[in-house]
Amino acid sequence: MIKDMQDESEIFRGTTSGSTRLRDARSVRGTPKSGMPAFVLGEELANMADTDPRIVVATADLASANRTNDFRDRHPTRFVNFSIAEKNMITAAAGMASTGLIPYVATFASFAAILGAEAIRTDCAYPQMKVRIIGSHSGMSMGFYGSSHHALEDLGMLRCMADLTVVCATDANHLRAILRASVDHPKAMYIRLGRGRDPVVYDEVPDIAFGRALRLRDGADLTIIACGSQVRASLDAAQKLATQGLTVRVVDMFTLDRIDTAEIAAAARETKAILTVEEHNITGGLGSAVAEVLLDLPRMRFRKHGVPDKYVEVGPPAALYAHYRLDAAGITEVALELLSK
Amino acid sequence: MTSIRNVSLSVLEDRAKFIRKETVRLSRIAGAGHYSSTFSCAELLASLYYDQMNIEPGNPQWKDRDRFVMSKGHAAIGLYPVLADLGFFDPSELDTYTRLGSKYGDHPDMKKVAGLDFSSGSLGHGLSVGLGLALAARMTKRTYMTYVMLGDGELSEGQIWEAANSAGHFGLQNLVALVDRNGLSIDGHTEDVMSVEPLGDRFAAFGWEVQRIDGHDLSAIRAAFKALQRSGQGRPQVIIADTVKGRGVARMEMSLDWHVGNLVGEDYDAVMAELDAGLQPYESEAMT
Repeated sequence: MIKDMQDESEIFRGTTSGSTRLRDARSVRGTPKSGMPAFVLGEELANMADTDPRIVVATADLASANRTNDFRDRHPTRFVNFSIAEKNMITAAAGMASTGLIPYVATFASFAAILGAEAIRTDCAYPQMKVRIIGSHSGMSMGFYGSSHHALEDLGMLRCMADLTVVCATDANHLRAILRASVDHPKAMYIRLGRGRDPVVYDEVPDIAFGRALRLRDGADLTIIACGSQVRASLDAAQKLATQGLTVRVVDMFTLDRIDTAEIAAAARETKAILTVEEHNITGGLGSAVAEVLLDLPRMRFRKHGVPDKYVEVGPPAALYAHYRLDAAGITEVALELLSK
Repeated sequence: MTSIRNVSLSVLEDRAKFIRKETVRLSRIAGAGHYSSTFSCAELLASLYYDQMNIEPGNPQWKDRDRFVMSKGHAAIGLYPVLADLGFFDPSELDTYTRLGSKYGDHPDMKKVAGLDFSSGSLGHGLSVGLGLALAARMTKRTYMTYVMLGDGELSEGQIWEAANSAGHFGLQNLVALVDRNGLSIDGHTEDVMSVEPLGDRFAAFGWEVQRIDGHDLSAIRAAFKALQRSGQGRPQVIIADTVKGRGVARMEMSLDWHVGNLVGEDYDAVMAELDAGLQPYESEAMT
């Protein structure tokens, strides 16, 4: 369960340090909280760029929120802030990529993927430019900032685009793995991130390959196939279900396109039911992608779990996750409903 | 280094005629073609590719080559013959134009067309592509120039002005926009459908150096290219080329009926003969 939701203003200023003259100790202005996992995005890209001159980074007036300022500080001549002009940023990145550079362009997922969708398709995917579009604060992780700032449709919109690889980062170490693997990936990519304070799933940087799911826990009664923020919640749900005598397999299906059909087939063959869990509209995302694979397999118990096909309520993220049963307790309930059918 | 090749103006005039005639020929293969949008930029295209740009057709991936982005991608029908003529690919490939499996569609695909620096078709993107190319040159310390051909109708796309603003902000002198100011978009005169004037002032307000010329006058185009600054920090540069949509075929000049059309039979022969005769003095409706 995510508990660090007290300071929602942090979404816009990241965890950058800054002086403060505020009088109330509870006031906050840019002060990093101890123990809070910061975005590793800028730091990891800067590390990669130390030895790879092709890597350049851009953002759209969110360098502090997504910590690409960590890259800017170390590689200022290879960083561009396009201000609040996301389509221009994505298309310009495609132009850069046509010269052999590998641009990583980052902004909130709502603007990267949903506003930028046509630029992603027409300028990045279609001409096969090695642009990496990074959508942070995806899903409803922006909480009470509202549906304008949520991205609950991005996976559905982007996974039907040819020559675009769509992946979800699960936590900081997983993001490091994705970024490192992305350098040699021949296609354009959309990399979906949470808020940068994602609960830990991977204690070390995992070995990954795009299109190959990561099986994190094994079981026979149920397979939960999850991505992004819902992997940790699903693992915790699996633990709760274990106390009731149920063994649950948990799969991190972090590549949505191309999805790991073999892993889905194995779940269908070896476990009694499949539940997909995603922080995304129930239409078009991970659940739909898994269902498309299951259509060709023998009939089995299956349920998609995600955000209903409507704009979500106002509330802090943790409250929203609980409300829409996208936390460990909620997923446990949904799993029991499926298994009791 | 970028070179002015000083091809004679008569050669450029001949190549502009070639562009128009090939556009008519290829349109007949397709059964439809963007005649008039291509005719309006024929002199600009000829001047760029045969005189101005620093390119090596035998080495299309040369990293220091000048770049060209055809933002008004529907005029690709005039660009393909130029690329073939320069040796990027065998001209006989043009005979497949738009037929199933061809490399050459109405809007150009860089994965398929040798010598094409970027794909286009969705209007409003090209200046951002050019912006990225110019930024990349700065980042990698390369001296190539990037030229972007914009239509005037597509100036209604907001992304053009995102790119114009950022190019001005970044001071990208290595970025040159050419506006084919032919006065018409599909539904009418730009100033009726959505005004773009005062165009020079608009670019200047975003920090651009502005030249305005007759876009069918080859010596004026050459002079404008020679006036371009090409070193160091500075302002991005725009050449607003006042042109006539459909220039070269009287029935098409400033006609709303020829954005897309198809000429066959005697009409085809008559237009080819008209083009062979070379440009006649333009008479606008107001003058007749």
